[in-house]
Parts: sequence; C-alpha cells; structure tokens
Amino acid sequence: MALLFEQLLNGLQFGAMLFMLASGLTLIFGIMGVINLTHGSFYMVGAYCGAFALGQTNSFAAGAAAGLAGAALYGLLVEFAVIRRLYKRDHLYQVLATFGLILFTNEAVSMIFGRQPPMVEIPVFLQGTVPLAPGFQYPVMRLAFIVVGALVALGLWFLINRTRVGMLVRAGADDREMVDALGVDIQKLYTVVFGLGALLCGLAGVMAAPLLAVEIGMGERVLITTFVVIVIGGVGSVRGAMAGALLVGMVDSLGRAYFPQILGAMLSPEVADMLAAGLVSASVYVLMALVLIFRPKGLLG
Amino acid sequence: MVRNTIRGGLCALLLAGAGAAQAQAPVKIGFITTLSTPAGYIGEDERDGFSLAIKQGGGKLGGVPVELVVEDDALKPANAKQAADRMLQSGIKLFTGVNFSNVLAAVAPGVLRDGAYYVSLNPGPSTFAGEKCDKNYFVASYQNDAYHSAGGHAANELGYKRVVLLAPNYQAGRDALAGFKRTYKGEVVAEIYTKLDQSDFSVEMARVRSLAPDAVYQFHPGGAGINFAKQYANSGLNKTVPMLMPAFSMDGRMLAASGASAEGFYTVGMWSTEMDNPQSRAFVKAFTETYGRKPTDYGMQAYDTALLIGSALKAVNGDLSKGDAFRAALLKADFQSLRGKFRFNHNHHPIQDYYLMRIERGGNEFVPKVVRKVISDDKDAYADQCKL
Repeated sequence: MALLFEQLLNGLQFGAMLFMLASGLTLIFGIMGVINLTHGSFYMVGAYCGAFALGQTNSFAAGAAAGLAGAALYGLLVEFAVIRRLYKRDHLYQVLATFGLILFTNEAVSMIFGRQPPMVEIPVFLQGTVPLAPGFQYPVMRLAFIVVGALVALGLWFLINRTRVGMLVRAGADDREMVDALGVDIQKLYTVVFGLGALLCGLAGVMAAPLLAVEIGMGERVLITTFVVIVIGGVGSVRGAMAGALLVGMVDSLGRAYFPQILGAMLSPEVADMLAAGLVSASVYVLMALVLIFRPKGLLG
Repeated sequence: MVRNTIRGGLCALLLAGAGAAQAQAPVKIGFITTLSTPAGYIGEDERDGFSLAIKQGGGKLGGVPVELVVEDDALKPANAKQAADRMLQSGIKLFTGVNFSNVLAAVAPGVLRDGAYYVSLNPGPSTFAGEKCDKNYFVASYQNDAYHSAGGHAANELGYKRVVLLAPNYQAGRDALAGFKRTYKGEVVAEIYTKLDQSDFSVEMARVRSLAPDAVYQFHPGGAGINFAKQYANSGLNKTVPMLMPAFSMDGRMLAASGASAEGFYTVGMWSTEMDNPQSRAFVKAFTETYGRKPTDYGMQAYDTALLIGSALKAVNGDLSKGDAFRAALLKADFQSLRGKFRFNHNHHPIQDYYLMRIERGGNEFVPKVVRKVISDDKDAYADQCKL
C-alpha cells in the first residue's frame, strides 16, 4: 500500500515537471502557431545557468534566479532573432529552424560551460527524506517539486483567467486574426508568451538540476514526451497540458512500476521481462493513440 | 661483371636511401572518434590520452615519428565509415580511436579488408573476438563482456546473496546483465530494464526498496548514470542497499558531477586513477598538468594503446609493410601498461586483471580507491572460437 502511494507520488512529481515544460509549449503552439523544438533547449539553458550561479555563489536562491533569467532571456533572444521571421511561414520551416537552434544551443552551451556536467548539490533545506506515514519516507526534494508544480498551475490559472494579459492569451488562442484586427499589438503578446514559456522551462531546469545530470542534450530527452503531453491535452490549452502532464506522469510511472510485476505473475521471467520493457517504453505512446482515437483534438482541445 | 657489380651496388644504395627516407617520414595514424554530441567528452579524453604519449615521445612513438590524423564521427557509423575510406585512400595503414561498438562494426571490416591494421582503444565486441577474429585486428582495452563478468565475481566475493539488476533496454544493456549472470552465483531477485531515454528513476528505486536485496548491480552510461547515482543517494537507498557497477558507469567526469552522492558505491574495472604503480601515478600527474583535468579510464586506455603501437613501430622501425614482424611485435605487447599486467590472448584480446574499487573521499573530491583484485589473468569466453 505504501509502495503504491509512493509510486503515485512519483507519478505526480514527473507530471509536475512535464507540466512546467508543456504549459509553455502548448501556449506557443496554440497562440503563435509555432512548432518550437527549441523548447527543450530553454530547459537546458535554465539548468546550466542555475548550476553555474550556484557554483559561483553557493546560494540556491541566486541559482534559481539565474536559471529563470537565463532561460527567459535566451527565449526572448530566440524569439527576436529567429522565430519572429517564421510566423507566416509553413510549419516545416519552423521545424527546420528550431531544430537548427537545438544544435546551435548544444554547441554554444558546450563552448561556454564546457563538456563536464556541472555538479549541483541539493540545497540543505531540501535534503533528506520526510516520513509521510509510518515506515514510509519520501525525499523532500521531490515533494518540493510537486509543490512548485502546483504553484505554477495556480499562478498560470490566475494569470490566464484573472488578468488582462491572460484575456488576450485566451483570445489569441481562439482566434489570432481577430485579436490582431481589434487593434491589439499581437507581436508584443507573442513575445510575452514566448518569454513566459521559456521562463517556465528555466524553472523546470532549476528544479531538475539537483536530481538530474545537467548535460548537453538533456532538453531533447524530455522534448518528445512534452509534445506527447500537449497532443494528449489538446494543443493551446493550459488546462489540457495539466491533464495531459498528470496522465502521462501517472501512466509512465505506474507502468514502469507494475507492468513487470503483472506480466511476471502471468508469464515466464524471460518473456515477461522483455515484454514489460517494451510495454513500458511504449506506454505513453499507446496512451496518446488511445486518446486520439476517441478525442482527435486531445482531451481539452 | 665489374659494371654489373657497380650497377647492383648503386641500386642497393638507392634502395637503402629510399628506405631511410621512408623511416623518417612520419607514420600516419588514423584516429576516428566521437568528439561532438554529449558523448564527446569520451573521444576528447581518448584523443588527449593518445596525444600525451606522442607528446612525451617528442612527436614519436617508440622512437618513430608519427602523425595523428583525427576525425570526428559524431557517433554515426556512416560518418566513421566515410572517414575511414578517405583515410585508406590517402594511404593510411594504421587505425584506432573509435569509441562505440556500433561505430567500430562499420569501420573495422573495411580497414581490415584493405590490409590495414586496427588497434581498438575501447570497444571489444564479441563479433570480432570469436570466429571473425582477424590477424590485423587488436583490442588493447577489454572484451565487452569482461567488466560485467568481473562484476559477477565481485558480487560473489562481497557475499551478496540476492541482487537486483538494472540496465537500459537495448543491446548493450541486455548484454551487460547477461555477462553479470554468467559469473554471479547468488539469486537475481529482479531484472529491471529502464527506458533508454529515461532520466528519472524514482519508480525503479521504490521497487528496489520494496524488494530489499543485498545489493544492486546497474549499468547506465553517461548522463543516465549520473542521474541514477544522484537519485539513489537522494532516495536514501545508498544507506541500506550497496550499489555495484562497471567502472565506466561512474567514470571520472560522472563522478565529478555526482559528488558526494557516489560515496560508498563499488565499481569494477581494470584501472583507477588511484592505481598504485609508478607508471600510472606519473600518467595521472602528466595528464592532469597538461589538460587541467583528471584522466578517465578512456584516457588511460588511449595512452596504453599509444604505447602498444609505439612498441610495435619500434620493432619494424616504422615500416608497416613488414606485416608479420609488426603483428608479432603487437602481439608481444612489450610495453609498461598503466594497468600493471597486460598481455594478449591468441585472439588478440587482452588477458588482464580486474579490480574492485570503492568511491571514497580523497582530499576535496571523490575518487575510486582500489579495494582488491577480483580476478587475475581474465580471458574472454570467445577465444576458443578464434582460429588465429
């Protein structure tokens, strides 16, 4: 029972991480119509900037600030220098350009920060584990991840439903041309949305840095899953990204936890291990296929 | 008669002159390795380790001037194959550098078909160790299964009765666990295959905790290995379940990125920066002074490969056309290996010792301290199928 609860928390934590990445990506795709493969690179830039500042100052707050600022500034730079020229172009051009930006960012980061993955210690106040129930310990760092994910969700809900910018974002997601025709500076809105998406990536990067290796190419690793999340949730919907992230996080975690055991009880060990490994790798994509069969536009699209 | 003698003498002089000129022109060594992509640090260490040996010889290996021709394969077999073909056309006869088994599988056959030599400084796939062994193909590092078989031995010696195995779900991962099981005598409680692109292992660790084994044996290369070590420590498992792994799952770079998380983990390998022999100490010092970082096992293997090649070049005075003499000299392996003992089996793969290391604090960093030797004179299981 404690094990199931722990695996649920693990799923929740993975979902929180995916949500931070997916909410920005879905807004950029839904509002600006841009397929942004560089999204994972913002996450990497955030993690690297955070790790660098942390190494220099030994303060997690400074690291977090640097990670957020670095990712957001790089996002704005990318929007200004490249993406701005591609709004009117076909998706294929955007894919090509942003794929090129992945390669560019990877090389640039390895030139600036070097090839050695920097070491990021878990900040003292987040170290260790806490007992959640008798005989059940859970790492504080992972709990903090879940809490930050929840705060981001609350913050985004407030921003989108209760502020003027949020109103424009919602309007833009529904009908871009109409917003433009009504005299709103859509260009400014695009820049804000893009910067916000990059900022959230930076946050995910800073939070992930103590748990994961900060390395070149860490962004591409999560990018595909992030796309799966927004497709499942429905492109352009932050609530959809939330639902998708939680669903993907749970399916992936519980699949990894229980497929091998369930199959192991039914089949011989060799067959069960191989089959489970295959199923675990495919589970998220099977989920996506199922969702698309019944709701071609995603859960909340 | 007299005229003929003079003519003959002149010819001999000319030939001798040509021979001398040939010996002075540097021997070109084709060095195809992975310098870009996240794995680029591995190729970087290999290139630098090899170059260090040349630098220390004053531009020579075994007293013979050499020129290193380096190409990046970007971890793509097709790139490496093209680079090898270009080098073969330009007349290069001696190759090394490739870091990955799948890249080597693309490079080696073409090189060998052309009558050139390949000396591997890292991968030792089973395909070329058994039936398909080749007279011009040498592996100066290890046979791919060897680390994991040594891991099994180490687990026996450490007295682990029940272990959980973890590896990514791809060929090398499955081979790793098969290699471990070949020598491990206790009970394998579970084999957990992770996804190749997985970076979070909380789920697997929860399962390990519920299974409560004596130890965990895991193989996760590169970033995944760093993730695994950090999360293992963060979950508190490192205090209850010891972890054993092959040395390249916690190489110097990974160790620096994992820090205190890796303390207390066991690794199995043929060398460590802490190895206690004079040549190894001198190498670690020279490498650190030259490049500003500690060498990894990859750097050590490259340096040893350079010394091996040097010993053979010396025997033929840089003349690679003396095939039999060059091969015999390589096979003799007449050099001071940083690992200590090193010799070749008849299938041109090493016979060497493996050690158990424990990650401990050494000054302000963490280093793999040698605990003890696990196996002496280990041979690979494929040699019997090789007809050399």
